[in-house]
Amino acid sequence: MAFEYEKYIRKGTLPHIWCPGCGHGIVMKSLLRAIDGLKLDKNDIAVVSGIGCASRLPGYLDMNTLHTTHGRALAFATGIRLANPRLKVIVVSGDGDAAAIGGNHLIHAARRNIEITLIVFNNSIYGMTGGQVAPTTPIGAIATTMPYGNIDPPFDIVRLAEGAGATFVARTTSYHTAQTEQLFKQAIMHKGFSVIDVIDACPVQYGRRNKPREAPDMMQVQKDNAIPLQLAQKKKPEELVGKIITGIFVRKEMPSYTETYYNTIIPRAQAK
Amino acid sequence: MEKKALLISGNESCVEGALYAGIQFFAGYPITPSSEIPEGLSRKLPKYGGVMIQMEDEIAAMAAVIGASLTGKKSMTATSGPGFSLKQENLGFASFNEIPCVVVDVMRGGPSTGAPTGPSQGDVMQARWGTHGDHPIVALAPNSIPEIFTETVRAFNISEKYRVPVILLLDEIIAHMRERMVFPEKGELEVIERTGPTVPPDQYKPFDVSNSPLPLVPPMAAYGTGYRFHVTGLNHRIDGFPTNNGEIIEKELHRIMEKIDLYKKDMFRTEAYMLDDAEVGIVAYGSSARAAKYAVNELRKQGIKAGMLRYVTIWPFEENAVEKLAQKVKFIVVPELNMGQLIFEVERAAKGRTKVHGVNRVNIEIIHPHDIMEKVKELSHGI
Ligand SMILES: Cc1ncc(C[n+]2csc(CCOP(=O)(O)OP(=O)(O)O)c2C)c(N)n1
Ligand code: SF4
Repeated sequence: MAFEYEKYIRKGTLPHIWCPGCGHGIVMKSLLRAIDGLKLDKNDIAVVSGIGCASRLPGYLDMNTLHTTHGRALAFATGIRLANPRLKVIVVSGDGDAAAIGGNHLIHAARRNIEITLIVFNNSIYGMTGGQVAPTTPIGAIATTMPYGNIDPPFDIVRLAEGAGATFVARTTSYHTAQTEQLFKQAIMHKGFSVIDVIDACPVQYGRRNKPREAPDMMQVQKDNAIPLQLAQKKKPEELVGKIITGIFVRKEMPSYTETYYNTIIPRAQAK
Repeated sequence: MEKKALLISGNESCVEGALYAGIQFFAGYPITPSSEIPEGLSRKLPKYGGVMIQMEDEIAAMAAVIGASLTGKKSMTATSGPGFSLKQENLGFASFNEIPCVVVDVMRGGPSTGAPTGPSQGDVMQARWGTHGDHPIVALAPNSIPEIFTETVRAFNISEKYRVPVILLLDEIIAHMRERMVFPEKGELEVIERTGPTVPPDQYKPFDVSNSPLPLVPPMAAYGTGYRFHVTGLNHRIDGFPTNNGEIIEKELHRIMEKIDLYKKDMFRTEAYMLDDAEVGIVAYGSSARAAKYAVNELRKQGIKAGMLRYVTIWPFEENAVEKLAQKVKFIVVPELNMGQLIFEVERAAKGRTKVHGVNRVNIEIIHPHDIMEKVKELSHGI
């Protein structure tokens, strides 16, 4: 049976703003399939974003949705989750939104292990504002604010999240839709802070100044360069240059913030 | 039965007022001289089942407060100068999206890091215009420990009733000073809850005022209650979705401003002290009004008929009160712990009917009654 996207998309909000060839829509599709597969109630899901192309996603979804300020989505989401622990809270974010202006909130959400799923639409560039360098842009790539080639070393979102204490960390690409859907499912059901770094394609602001240029070729690169973590672990570092290592990097059980607050702090305070 | 009475500080009074008003969520970041508020609420709020979280910075605290308010919870944050600056972008988000929340700013010496423990009233204009763009805002400035309690309750009431962020402007003096506080009993002060949606979920539009019990104030649904709505900082239509239609943008911006205008009489609060026969007017607020009251008493002993008009609600500014005063006094003096901020509003409202003079200090000392008396006497000689 064909998948019923209408069940989750708000009537009248389409067409979306994304350019032809943009990977964001594909990732959104995987998210909807994951939510559907989990049989979650739309009333119990909050989708929160900051600012950027990726951040326009919540507006299209028929859920509790919030499009906030640049970089701050996780902080808004923290308030939502703590104030209503019944809600599944999903944050969608561009790589600039999540790791530059929002980097501080990212590491602190990870440290707290608060029950939020962060999906990073990692297209290595600032899409919305016109192709400026992002904290994920590879060395040497051309950006409108790095016209002579980027000298600003990029973050590895997976290692950043892991180092900050996230208890579920995974990477996939916009090409690998089935894997993306599966990872989203596991992340959403994970108890604690989960991060999925989705390597994504922005043909219009990244492709246009770099190689490959066109959307299908960018997808081909994702397909060709992806290597599952288990395989990658058997390779030498020099064999992994330019590769996209995919899969689950971290999955562990730790006390999560909201649960601990309600189960520990409130009873302790009330006993006094 | 005797009412409960305690000797408490202004910040403690704010905590008690927030609890009385039914606060359910607090997010903050420590900064002198406001830290006793997050400390107090971290002790007391969980006793009532509420949540207090210390966020990673003030930007995050403001954001978390907005998120919590969207789930239907009464929410507050507290800060001081530098932190108030950091909150401004998200405060604008709350203002534009009509999200109830209370922001306490315990003013300290500025600009920049300034004087962390020094008293100041330097954020009066920032409270009004701190975030970018035209936007509605309410600011209240109590001047005593009992009044901090009642104004905190009123801040929540105004915020929840009219869907507007309310700034509670305290200053270092009244925040750290201790006074006897007689606690109002439950039911003694009005506590207002926000109005929920009046239509079923499929008909709900978050900024639609056509069925509002209160004209111009859209009923507010909460996340997680079956009302699935969208909120964005972009210009939006009444259904919450972004628009580039100039007509709609203008209409919505006018509505949120006119809303304040429509209900400002309910928000205004001023105190008239010895104004009936006053020949000299002192317009004051916050801690400076304490010095002003003392100065009025002393001046009267010396034969000068002074009176004080004290503003508790600063924004929106009640122009009529100054206008009336300006018609009957020889001059007006405005004592402020800054280089002159509210004086601009006073001058504007006086419409040239009388001269307006400032008494100002930025040397991290309080305004002394003597400062005001000297100024009044000096000006009286000239008449
Ligand atoms: C405080 C603030 N600073 C800057 C901007 C401008 N801005 C909008 S989107 C954006 C970057 C978007 O890039 P990214 O987060 O990677 O998302 P993408 O557009 O690529 O999906 C910037 C800098 C803003 N809206 N707010
Ligand atoms: S600019 Fe890039 S990221 Fe933005 S919609 Fe277009 S392709 Fe996608």
